[in-house]
Amino acid sequence: MSRLFKFLTSGPRLFWLPLFLVTWALSTWSFALYKALDARWIIRFPKQYELPLDVWISCAMSWLVEEAHFGFFSFRDLTRFIAAVIELPYQMVRSLLIDGFSVGQGQQAIEIAPSISWIAIIGTMAALAYYAKNKALAWLAALCFAYLAIFGQWESAMVTLASVLIAVPIGVAGGLMLGILSYRHPWFERTLRPVLDLMQTVPVFAYLVPILFLFGFGPVSALVATVIYAMPPMVRISTVALQTVPEEVIEAGRMVGCKPRQLMWKVLVPTALPSLMVGVNQVIMLSLNMVIIASMIGAGGLGYDVLTSLRRLDIGGGIEAGLAIVVMAIALDRVSQAFAIRRVRPRPDPAHPFYQRYPLTSAALALTVVTTLLSLYVPAFRVLPEAVTINTGSIWTTMMEWINITFFDTFEAIKTFFLTSLLLPVKRFFAGIPWIWGILVVGIAAGRLGGWKLGLISALMTLFIAANGLWAKAMITVYLVSVSVLIASVIGIPLGIWAGQSARANNVIGALIDTLQTLPSFVYLIPVVMLFRVGDFSAMIAVVLYALAPAVRYAAHGIRSIDSELIEAGKVSGCTERQLLLRIKLPLAAPSLLLGLNQTIMLALSMLVITALVGTRDLGQEVYIALTKANTGQGIIAGLSVAFIAIIADRIVTALARNSQERLGIK
Amino acid sequence: MERSVKLECRGVWKIYGPQPKAFLEQHNGAPTSDDFEKAHSVGAVRDANVQIYEGEIFVIMGLSGSGKSTLVRCLSRLVESTAGEINFEGRDLLTMGDAELIDVRRKKMGMVFQHFALLPHLTVLQNAAFPLEIQGVSRKDREDRARQMIETVGLKGREDHYPRQLSGGQQQRVGIARSLVADPDLWFLDEPFSALDPLIRREMQDEFLRLQSLLHKTIVFITHDFDEAIRLADRIAVMKDGCIEQIDTPENLVMNPATPYVQEFTRHIPRAKVMRLESIMSPGVPDGEYAGDLPGHLTVADTVHQLDEASLPFRVLDEDQTPIGTIDARAAIDVMIGRGVE
Repeated sequence: MSRLFKFLTSGPRLFWLPLFLVTWALSTWSFALYKALDARWIIRFPKQYELPLDVWISCAMSWLVEEAHFGFFSFRDLTRFIAAVIELPYQMVRSLLIDGFSVGQGQQAIEIAPSISWIAIIGTMAALAYYAKNKALAWLAALCFAYLAIFGQWESAMVTLASVLIAVPIGVAGGLMLGILSYRHPWFERTLRPVLDLMQTVPVFAYLVPILFLFGFGPVSALVATVIYAMPPMVRISTVALQTVPEEVIEAGRMVGCKPRQLMWKVLVPTALPSLMVGVNQVIMLSLNMVIIASMIGAGGLGYDVLTSLRRLDIGGGIEAGLAIVVMAIALDRVSQAFAIRRVRPRPDPAHPFYQRYPLTSAALALTVVTTLLSLYVPAFRVLPEAVTINTGSIWTTMMEWINITFFDTFEAIKTFFLTSLLLPVKRFFAGIPWIWGILVVGIAAGRLGGWKLGLISALMTLFIAANGLWAKAMITVYLVSVSVLIASVIGIPLGIWAGQSARANNVIGALIDTLQTLPSFVYLIPVVMLFRVGDFSAMIAVVLYALAPAVRYAAHGIRSIDSELIEAGKVSGCTERQLLLRIKLPLAAPSLLLGLNQTIMLALSMLVITALVGTRDLGQEVYIALTKANTGQGIIAGLSVAFIAIIADRIVTALARNSQERLGIK
Repeated sequence: MERSVKLECRGVWKIYGPQPKAFLEQHNGAPTSDDFEKAHSVGAVRDANVQIYEGEIFVIMGLSGSGKSTLVRCLSRLVESTAGEINFEGRDLLTMGDAELIDVRRKKMGMVFQHFALLPHLTVLQNAAFPLEIQGVSRKDREDRARQMIETVGLKGREDHYPRQLSGGQQQRVGIARSLVADPDLWFLDEPFSALDPLIRREMQDEFLRLQSLLHKTIVFITHDFDEAIRLADRIAVMKDGCIEQIDTPENLVMNPATPYVQEFTRHIPRAKVMRLESIMSPGVPDGEYAGDLPGHLTVADTVHQLDEASLPFRVLDEDQTPIGTIDARAAIDVMIGRGVE
């Protein structure tokens, strides 16, 4: 027994090949086996043993909503209170940006104060950008927002901006608080870490349903979902940012006699501020990423426009609203990034009057007051009149139609080629694996790479998926992710290596990747569906596009961070460029490549769930069905299954990366 | 001459490991190196006994990993000692409550760090005024006081710069200004000049001696550089593996090393740099002609040129300017070439 165990965990190299061959054989003949033995349990988890977890969760949920009581108030009162607390500032911001303030209901409403003029909002964005960086960024921000006005997306865009403006401060403040708690109390960090892991890997759709139950359909639910989705990275980043404040700086603070609170707010947080701003940028980007998904549970704005256009198959409308989201994302991303690397500047001389010390603030204020007052008399100052805006919807529709008609055969040929030569064989392989063997293989592989504990946990997680009757769908997920990650790596790693070696390539590729990463995940679906219609192939392309960035980034980073002495040593030994790459750079970049692979898998999984909208039949679809049926239990179980796949993959690849780092003696 | 003890530590241990206190008790408060290895513990400071006198420059010297930084952090209670007691002006630092400790740090202690530890978001002036800001001193008062300190350390005109705009030497001057702004009695300097270039380092050492001649603080100075130690120190504690090997004047360390380690360490130190005239003079001052007077605390290296140029011997004076002996070039050269030593 112990010898077998030893063979499994540290046996000879000839380990993976037999394991694969057995898996392949079982996968190929599992159906035949079931027919021959008349044992259906081989390919399907027996129905009578399936866990009724989803039912229990749904029941618990309805008990919570309908009956839970804490003495003075019920659970429902609590959620209503939270909803009111969020709703109030949201309505304020919305009124300020677009709706205007009014008294009374519906038709009788009387406006008492107008919303801010669109010109003032553009001006304020430009001023912010100028303050954060320079004139060029100010132009970019102004152009992006002007685009929204000119192309007729202003009202939707402001509704979206309002929800971002509410979600981001809540996410940042909450994330910072949790980060500070994690920093102060290691036990808190230990408890929080698995929760964050789950929050980041459970697909968003899965918790939309419980949120719907608790807060009802509407902008509040959307905000809650957005905050839950956008907060975890802020928690992590603030914890790490505080932990990486140099020990000496903390000691300096303690030696001058700081009390704990002074130490936190006068020493730790200001010193960590640049890193914290990276977290703020993340929260903004993730909030924008949620815009479309959140509109499924009641957010209006651009996301709602995209979603309804997609549902109506209104190609032009979808592209228009989608582009508007992209433009807004680019502006907010660049400005918030500029704040993260902004250097402190000297304090203005207090002797000067206010408008000289703070020219930007003064200018923005003046512009706001003047244009908003003017808007009372000239409506064009309030919102750009529709007659002046440019509607591009029909242009896009025509263009797409033309492309589809002209290149139909080409696209069809590409699609068929990939489907028959890659997607279908891989699908058949994964779908055929009998569940018992699947659990065993996952356990054995994880155990060998990361120790028996990891093996056991992985096997149990796999069993959870099977026992909830989700084996077949999980295998579809695994197959789509595998193919997508493979293709993303084949494209991304060479690009990354190229970018790592040549500064010029890096400029181009870096800009491209930056833009790709700025796009909300949903946006990828629009062109893909239009060109390739629904199905696995479209899903795969969207996933590849979305998951490409980390493969490129980490490869470039890995190549660039190799000690230049080692490369010089190679050159002195007479390596050719090719040898240099294959013998020195790639082996040394291996840990970095693996970390990139890990990120690629994570992004692919999160995107895959969204592609359920274009008709895949995987776990994502299961979650999506649960959402449309408002079935809490089903959604959470399927969501957990996706999370477990992500966690298993993450732990295995991390173990691989750690092994290779140890082998190279890098920390 | 009896000076009062400012800071005293007795039997201080700092052990890193699973259960340091229990571990120490288990071995009756005196574990050996083997014990440490078995318990997977590290004795960063082992049974340290130090007395630091008012107004002296006390240097703690050792290679990296010798525990000198940990010891100074025990003395300032940045690190909690595992065992022992530390007396500061007659009060036990280790049993002090948080509020009292904060008060002591605010009023009585200043510290300079190896990597400056300046706050990146504050200007030079704000950094220097930071300790006073923490105490709640009004903006005008604290900035006036900080301005004075900045002038004292020679950075006048750079008050509105940010740390990243300054060179290493200038940053450390800000660090020094900050550590002195609250006028502490006890001044800790943790390898303050180690991160600087050699030329700047020398300049900063001179600056440090100049400041001390003005301020007369009680100083605990950490370094791994023996040259720096003998240049600055009144007394030096040599540390190795957490233990203090010897505490003595630079001269005695070189001339009478207590352990083989200290001997090995001081072997290559030129005698002339540590030998003071008092120690090598011929006692008694016979009548006769002399080239001049020299203070007895100067070293041979300080005076060898003067001795060499004069044809007559010099009189050696003690601290009260009383002649106590004579010295000539020959005696100095004996020291320099090692003649007559062993």
